[in-house]
Amino acid sequence: MAAPKKAAASTPQDKTDGGSPPEFTREQELKALRDMLLIRRFEEKAGQLYGMGAIGGFCHLYIGQEAVVVGMQMALKQGDQVITGYRDHGHMLATGMEANGVMAELTGRRGGYSKGKGGSMHMFSKEKHFYGGHGIVGAQVSLGTGLAFANHYRGNDNVSVTYFGDGAANQGQVYESFNMAELWKLPVIYVIENNRYAMGTSVSRASAQQDFSKRGASFNIPGMQVDGMDVRAVKAAGEEAATWCRAGKGPFILEMQTYRYRGHSMSDPAKYRTREEVEKVRHDQDPIEQVRNRLLAAKVTEADLKAIDAEVRDIVNASADFAQHDPEPDAAELWTDIYR
Amino acid sequence: MPIQVLMPALSPTMEKGNLAKWLKKEGETIKSGDVIAEIETDKATMEVEATDEGTLGKILIPEGTADVAVNTPIATILADGESAADLAKAPAAPAPSVAREVAESRSPVGEGKPMISAPKAAAAPPAVAEPDPEVPAGTEMVTQTIREALRDAMAEEMRRDADVFVMGEEVAEYQGAYKVTQGLLQEFGAKRVIDTPITEHGFAGIGVGAAMTGLKPIVEFMTFNFAMQAIDQIINSAAKTLYMSGGQMGCSIVFRGPNGAAARVAAQHSQDYSSWYSNVPGLKVVAPFSAADYKGLLKAAIRDPNPVIFLENEVLYGHTGEVPKLDDFVIPIGKARIVRSGSHVTIISWSNGMTYALKAADELAKDGIEAEVIDLRTLRPMDTETIVNSVKKTGRAVTVEEGWAQSGVGAEIAARIMENAFDYLDAPVARVSGKDVPMPYAANLEKLALPSAAEVVEAAKAVCYR
Repeated sequence: MAAPKKAAASTPQDKTDGGSPPEFTREQELKALRDMLLIRRFEEKAGQLYGMGAIGGFCHLYIGQEAVVVGMQMALKQGDQVITGYRDHGHMLATGMEANGVMAELTGRRGGYSKGKGGSMHMFSKEKHFYGGHGIVGAQVSLGTGLAFANHYRGNDNVSVTYFGDGAANQGQVYESFNMAELWKLPVIYVIENNRYAMGTSVSRASAQQDFSKRGASFNIPGMQVDGMDVRAVKAAGEEAATWCRAGKGPFILEMQTYRYRGHSMSDPAKYRTREEVEKVRHDQDPIEQVRNRLLAAKVTEADLKAIDAEVRDIVNASADFAQHDPEPDAAELWTDIYR
Repeated sequence: MPIQVLMPALSPTMEKGNLAKWLKKEGETIKSGDVIAEIETDKATMEVEATDEGTLGKILIPEGTADVAVNTPIATILADGESAADLAKAPAAPAPSVAREVAESRSPVGEGKPMISAPKAAAAPPAVAEPDPEVPAGTEMVTQTIREALRDAMAEEMRRDADVFVMGEEVAEYQGAYKVTQGLLQEFGAKRVIDTPITEHGFAGIGVGAAMTGLKPIVEFMTFNFAMQAIDQIINSAAKTLYMSGGQMGCSIVFRGPNGAAARVAAQHSQDYSSWYSNVPGLKVVAPFSAADYKGLLKAAIRDPNPVIFLENEVLYGHTGEVPKLDDFVIPIGKARIVRSGSHVTIISWSNGMTYALKAADELAKDGIEAEVIDLRTLRPMDTETIVNSVKKTGRAVTVEEGWAQSGVGAEIAARIMENAFDYLDAPVARVSGKDVPMPYAANLEKLALPSAAEVVEAAKAVCYR
């Protein structure tokens, strides 16, 4: 693709126009498949544990959206930061955080990433440059812009990948952040995960401008619509945005057109959409099936794929086992980590 | 072994539900994610998705069954290669124990600490306050305004640590809306003295995000009234992240600016936020009165690894005081100061409230009442010890604040005195506060809305039964 067009002047990219995204190598396909499968199986297991009462509170699953974080992560380099909202398990696994630590946090155990004190929506990893895990819709956008500010201040060439949803995209601080990010040329990729529903409200019922790639138009931030169900398209777009940011040109907006199969949270009866709608996306666009089918067409055997399935299941089952047997935090933990 | 499908809970409070419908039949192939059944609760109908692949072996709970307890096995799934004959291998009835039971049934291991949470948590560890640094005899004292003391504190810390920067509206080229940041741009340049657009929520969040990476921002609010736009980032992001991350990630950041009433700026520009911020664990809240304290405490706030709310007062900016000329004059956060000793009544205040408290003490002395005046300086963590020790001596206490009385800092002080020195009290604690009204504009009304030295005198006499 050529240099990104300013969103103000561009029309939404037609995903079929200009052909398919660049092909992956076999290794890339296999890695994408494995990483997406890990997220899906992990989330299914989390849903199961929630159903058993082992996970409390809110639990927002990422099933259906896996290509977004996996493709983006393939476009990043060491030191790039990631921050997101409350639907965060997929992002954590994609950054390389351990399934055990994430699952144990979901069950509120001492081996969780936050020692059991954060839960599903509040996990962090300094080591993996994952900055949360934020429960206030839209707050991560200013914080992620702050991560980019820090890169700019320190003069490194890392980028901040700041994820938020189509719902958060209507929050005021998003636009305050857009303004400063462009004003100061901060290296931040705003990844808007448009999964069509903000809880139970469809995009058309909540958004005057439904083309989210244009949401930076009045700040002169370039934007692009991306097929968020195709991991190759995500990676290609992520690389383009990262190149833009690393070159000191300021922020970049990627609207990832994606879909969540499950409800907003575990207790969502999902009456705002039809089962047929969900089934159609699942059948026609599933990000994992896309890769699996390409691999099979490329003569990778079912047995090879089953081996990946098995490896992922082992990791997920082990994490579920760990998360249910790891002790709860010591009572003394109530009073730690308030100040340092 | 066949896999059991359990009756799921759809919310933490759900205990049972109805099995409305089976969408798969025995013998049908199931893929992960397939909807296999519908269940109903009093709130909603929900779909049960398979999380494992295989064949639906046996339906254990027929459709139409009401009040199925959560975690009851409702069906079995046969994995590849298993047949109906394997069904017998599935564990019979008992639902797998939920996680909590599993954890509690295990014996303690490792560090030898009990694994089961004690039913009652231990009390919060008491805050330990350090004393003020010694100012060596003969140290030169410099007379400067509070405005200058604040500027010097920031400049010294910026010279000392390249990670410290200041951002806010009009802090750079305009030299500060109240000239507190005067000269900083010239010395440190636009990279470290950053003018922001008028966008409190956004730049507070950017500051917190930068701080999470280890930078040490000083975020200036033109007034704390405007920080209400940003209070979500201050509380939900800055104050709570260290705890929510299990200690992994916190932020060293100072939010500073004038707080409370200035003069004739009316309701939206005159609120005192002392009690708001001092309510929040994870924040430290500092509200000094003297020039030396402004300087020493701001330096401490900038070095503090936690988020610090530094409440200044516009009325005081032009006031002068003696500041010791030392290379590094840092006053520890968390320690109150006895500004005036006395034996008859303790008057506790902070920030501009001290103006009324000290005037009142002079007036009371004329009537033979010796008031002990305590400048709290830090509101969180609060120096309860200094307050309680004084009240044990005087037996009487008056609090003075410009903010509203309800849920105010004075109310908190009164509660702590009651909890720690009840038997020493000779009279109920009295509160002098701002009146329970939005701040009026008219000069006479504004004066009436604020506390006064006369009210403090009256309250002190009342608790002394004079």
